[in-house]
Amino acid sequence: MMSGIETHVELSTASKIFCGCRVKFGAKPNTQCCDVCTGQPGALPVLNKNAVRLGILAGLCLNCTINGRTRFARKNYFYPDLPKAYQISQQELPLCENGYVELESGKKICITRIHLEEDAGKLVHEGDSTFIDYNRCGVPLIEIVSAPDISSPKEAREYIEALQSVLRFAGVSDCRMQQGSMRCDVNISVAEEGAPAGTRTELKNLNSVSAVERAMEHEFLRQCNILSGGGRVEQSTLRYDEKSGATLAMRAKEDARDYRYFPEPDIPDIVIPPSEVALIKKSLPRLPAQRLAEYTSLGVGGNAASLLCRYRRACDFFESCLKFGAGAKTAANLIVGTVYASLLTEDDKLDFRIAVSARDMADIVKYVDGGKMNITRAQLVLGRMLKEGVPLNDCVGEDELSAMSADSLKELCREAIRLNPAAAADYRSGKVKAIGGFYGYIKRESGGRADIKLAEQILKELLK
Amino acid sequence: MKGRIATLSRLLRERKLSAVELTESYISRASRSNRLLNAYVHECFAQARLAAERAQKLIDQGAASPLTGIPVAVKDNICTRGVPTTCCSRILQGYVPPYSAEAWSKLERCGAVLLGKTNMDEFAMGSSSETSCFGAPINPLNTSLSAGGSSGGSAAAVAADIAAYSLGSDTGGSVRQPAAFCGIVGFRPTYGTISRSGLVAYASSFDQIGPLASSVEDAAIVYDAIRGRDCADMTSVSSASAPSLFEPDIKSITVGVPKEFFSDGVEEEVKVAVEAAICLYERAGARIKQVSLPLFSKALAAYYIISCAEASSNLGRYDGVRYGMRADCDGGVADMMAKTRTKGFGKEVRRRIMLGTFVLSGGYKGQYYKRACGVRAMLSAALEDIFNGCDVLVAPAAPTAPFALGTERRSAAEAYQADICTVPASMAGIPAVSLPCGMTKSGMPVGMQVMAGRHNDGLALSVARYFEREADISFRLSAEVSREL
Repeated sequence: MMSGIETHVELSTASKIFCGCRVKFGAKPNTQCCDVCTGQPGALPVLNKNAVRLGILAGLCLNCTINGRTRFARKNYFYPDLPKAYQISQQELPLCENGYVELESGKKICITRIHLEEDAGKLVHEGDSTFIDYNRCGVPLIEIVSAPDISSPKEAREYIEALQSVLRFAGVSDCRMQQGSMRCDVNISVAEEGAPAGTRTELKNLNSVSAVERAMEHEFLRQCNILSGGGRVEQSTLRYDEKSGATLAMRAKEDARDYRYFPEPDIPDIVIPPSEVALIKKSLPRLPAQRLAEYTSLGVGGNAASLLCRYRRACDFFESCLKFGAGAKTAANLIVGTVYASLLTEDDKLDFRIAVSARDMADIVKYVDGGKMNITRAQLVLGRMLKEGVPLNDCVGEDELSAMSADSLKELCREAIRLNPAAAADYRSGKVKAIGGFYGYIKRESGGRADIKLAEQILKELLK
Repeated sequence: MKGRIATLSRLLRERKLSAVELTESYISRASRSNRLLNAYVHECFAQARLAAERAQKLIDQGAASPLTGIPVAVKDNICTRGVPTTCCSRILQGYVPPYSAEAWSKLERCGAVLLGKTNMDEFAMGSSSETSCFGAPINPLNTSLSAGGSSGGSAAAVAADIAAYSLGSDTGGSVRQPAAFCGIVGFRPTYGTISRSGLVAYASSFDQIGPLASSVEDAAIVYDAIRGRDCADMTSVSSASAPSLFEPDIKSITVGVPKEFFSDGVEEEVKVAVEAAICLYERAGARIKQVSLPLFSKALAAYYIISCAEASSNLGRYDGVRYGMRADCDGGVADMMAKTRTKGFGKEVRRRIMLGTFVLSGGYKGQYYKRACGVRAMLSAALEDIFNGCDVLVAPAAPTAPFALGTERRSAAEAYQADICTVPASMAGIPAVSLPCGMTKSGMPVGMQVMAGRHNDGLALSVARYFEREADISFRLSAEVSREL
């Protein structure tokens, strides 16, 4: 299987790419548009510098060279959601070229080019009528074009997730496929090992990473079946239907549009001096790979570190906790454990809107690391804070903060043994592991305040 | 030719005339004569009266500029908020723009009084204004002749003095050629010095707004008022803030005479008049230098390829979906678009859209569009080279004197020949003034162009004014027109 992916990513700018209209997801239809983005006669585009900056940032994150001179072009076609009957895009002299994404295996997926362009509007079908919402017209996009280096659905997933992670950390885009701020078109062809490349088809309408994987698997099998039956794959554009899991033909090669690209006469070539690229490079936030290395060097476990590095805001929260004096390992574990568990969807984790301040979180970590609160108790307290939005002070009284006294703990251990005579008998007969049978009761009954190490000593004493 | 703006402005400032009186006199001239002239296609006299009152307030406050209270006509492809802007096309019937072009906004802020929108070739595609959906304007000097195009209405309005001055747009010569036909001054400035924001695009890399006026001085006053970098137009450039006109030392000027502009395609009477004008400069002590622009013969074809290519894209937005005309249709949206565009556009516009679509199509783009761009780059370089050896170029503004109306029956290729003299400056984006330099045996005007290097707009205007003053040429309006005024 040979596959290349074209990824459209919506840039996180405040305004549109060629006018001052705000970029707002879910606004009332046709409330975020003007003379320019509705293509009034005589209206001219004015390039948003921040869109160029974010495009360059994306290029730098993806190891591209940034062209010192970049050119916009018109892509001409008629469609009701395209007010000017052309999309301002780029053809010759794209913003960035020749980058790559490195997969875990060490394999590099080449990025041929990244170019800037404007989004089109949206058709809304209601019954027999079709309405047009122009709010999305002129929303800035970058198109990231990979070389056909991807050879499995799994690699595609890894490639897309790598793009998402890097672009989110750099603040280029929130890359949400469900909301359409990231869209992938997958080109796919099949050929025998060593044989020349086969005819490719293009898959569209892929709304999630898993949809990409499933659609690719389906299309791979479909093409294999055609080829093994002696047939020929027709070059075409296919739409993936999530419900049926099948790919449906949208248009064949004969219907391929001639976009009549030519340089956009309303926008002179943009010159990007190396000094500007250097400046943007300096502003580049630390990317996931760098943070991962830093976190593990601070003693965070590999698994927790990589879970943290999936979400920029989680990393930022974690780093704030460290600033308030929290120990790295415990803080990381509490975040990827308890905090993540409270954020149910992927979007929730991306947004990372939580009711616990970094200062409170740091205090909890300090209690745990200082032996004032055991981990179970910390998880319970944190869970309550996340759920009810109460500050740490209201959750935990001063007396509760100390661990259970030795006397009370001894009392609790006696009770545990009394309630579980079988375990006690086992232990006494030499089955040392049977001691584990008491811990659950002690943890629960102490509200997490029991020091389990001390409890172990007491239990051993009592069971002698 | 005598300037009007300075005189009228002085009368207004000295209270010998009120802005309202001035506007009323223009309105009455326009309402009497426009049926014959067909210069205005949308009149906005009620708004003009209000604007005149506002202008009078500015004058009373001592806040007047030279253009305050002076009545102006604006070509129908320059957006004027609240006043129809239809490019004289059925497809934009009833379109009232929600915003104003920057050039018009600047005039409006000066207190200019808009009388109406002027007739033009549909979407500025033509050289006789006959492709207008409102029918052609006539030449005020001879009612059977064309006022030229595409800014024919703007030229006719100034020539008949039913507007003190006007704005036009020049893509391949659309300001300069009608000015030449009507015996007035037309100026195409350096590309980018006047914002294109709000100028309905025909061929974006050529389109420039320019003034049409009764004297070079008037044209310079208007140019100085509307030029300047505009953040709404990325192709706009800043220009020096000093007034454009100055007193040139003619003895230190080298006048280039490009021989190809005097080739076979140019009428004898035109050549004779322009050559006489060159003699005037020579007698004044200017150095005359014969120069050559071998690419002249390729310029017209290259211009039509590039301008049609851009037009095919620029005119895509008129699809009946958002504004303007929408054809009745039972089919789907694609059908509606096709029907709207077929009915809404005139024949010449459809021809250029198809020509442009063809030259950009896969398989033909290299052969046509890209080669034409190559010719354009070479021509610009050649002109730059020529301006290293001379200050200005003097050449005919049009290959013929005003031709008769009814020429739309000629072939397109013949009609395009009307642009051969004006297209080179358009290709290179250099400034060019068109002004009357003499007349034919029948008393019709012959226009010449004074071209200069990029950003030497002031030099072109100043050298042109020198001739204007020395030669003192004027024309008589046709008796039919005079009777109506």
